[in-house]
Amino acid sequence: MDLTRSETYPLRRRAVVAALLEGAAETLVVAGLGAPAWDVTAAGDGDLRFPLWGAMGGAVAIGLGLALAQPDRKVLVITGDGEMLMGVGSLATVALQAPGNLGIVVLDNERYGETGMQGTHTAGPVDLAAMAHAAGIGVTATVRDQSSLESAIRQLRGTSGPLFFDVKIRAENLPLVLPPKDGVILRDRFRRALLGDAAANAG
Amino acid sequence: MSAAAIVDWPEAIFRTLCAHQVRQVAYVPDAGHAKLIERCRQHNSMRVVPLTTEEEGVALLAGAWLGGDRGVLLMQSSGVGNCINMLAMTKVCRLPLLLLVTMRGQWGEFNPWQVPMGQTTAEVLRLSGVLPFDVDEPDRVGETVENAARMCFEGPAATAVLISQRLIGAKTFGK
Repeated sequence: MDLTRSETYPLRRRAVVAALLEGAAETLVVAGLGAPAWDVTAAGDGDLRFPLWGAMGGAVAIGLGLALAQPDRKVLVITGDGEMLMGVGSLATVALQAPGNLGIVVLDNERYGETGMQGTHTAGPVDLAAMAHAAGIGVTATVRDQSSLESAIRQLRGTSGPLFFDVKIRAENLPLVLPPKDGVILRDRFRRALLGDAAANAG
Repeated sequence: MSAAAIVDWPEAIFRTLCAHQVRQVAYVPDAGHAKLIERCRQHNSMRVVPLTTEEEGVALLAGAWLGGDRGVLLMQSSGVGNCINMLAMTKVCRLPLLLLVTMRGQWGEFNPWQVPMGQTTAEVLRLSGVLPFDVDEPDRVGETVENAARMCFEGPAATAVLISQRLIGAKTFGK
């Protein structure tokens, strides 16, 4: 495990997420717990953002259920390497369903950022993009610099999915930018914005 | 053959799921659900989603409902323990969740490794915020699932039907 290399990776998480979400107000976004949820909030909270405060390992599966329910909308899961590792089997489930509207971006700083920056398995030999590829996801890549980030964003917007990008980002602790914490508020605002006010009282 | 033995309870479940417009059917397989899974797979308006672990299904159905789809999660009792932490989201977000659990470790079980989870399934669900409903008579499966589905989707609430091993039969592995 190499606990120093990600300290000098050129891509910075807040700028990566801001670029992913620029002009994507209509994209349905699921943000994994911890720093990815703070990054998405820093880029601009909104009704069609579903930031998680728990459910570790579930971000991709939530995105899959949403993508299957809304096949005409782009769905983007933005999560961390630790969260992805906990639910890595969900990549196999995604590949089997092959939703064309689902993109998955892992912000991979090779650390568990919320618990003291301990290394994750990706600080060692584990290659999440290779795992996603082996699971059967058609478009996968590891993104290490600005030009490949721009290429990934073009694919997320224009290529049929599912797509998976493991974005290597610098290990850094940034100021917290917190989304609403109340789960009922988060799900209610999301459904009203997506399905209309009538959805608030519908099961 | 008794009257009860000829009740086609998987078909009764299927009709109830159709009546409630269930669209996403997630599962980790169990022999007791084999017929229902196949029935759902053949239905045009249902999307059948095999999972690698049951907690994926809890998360999948959260996303499904956010997107306007109703769903159901089929599993055996050994999978309930896999769901516990994910059920925190179901509770905190007050999401509908319908679980149909075929029981193991309960009635004539030959495999002792199934017994601990099977004997604690209802309590684990209740402690995790899911309302469990037992059914051990074939002709009551349909109405029990109907009750659970109604409380789930009209609540919203998290509900589970625990389908007794008596209805499925204990595995014997030829012994």
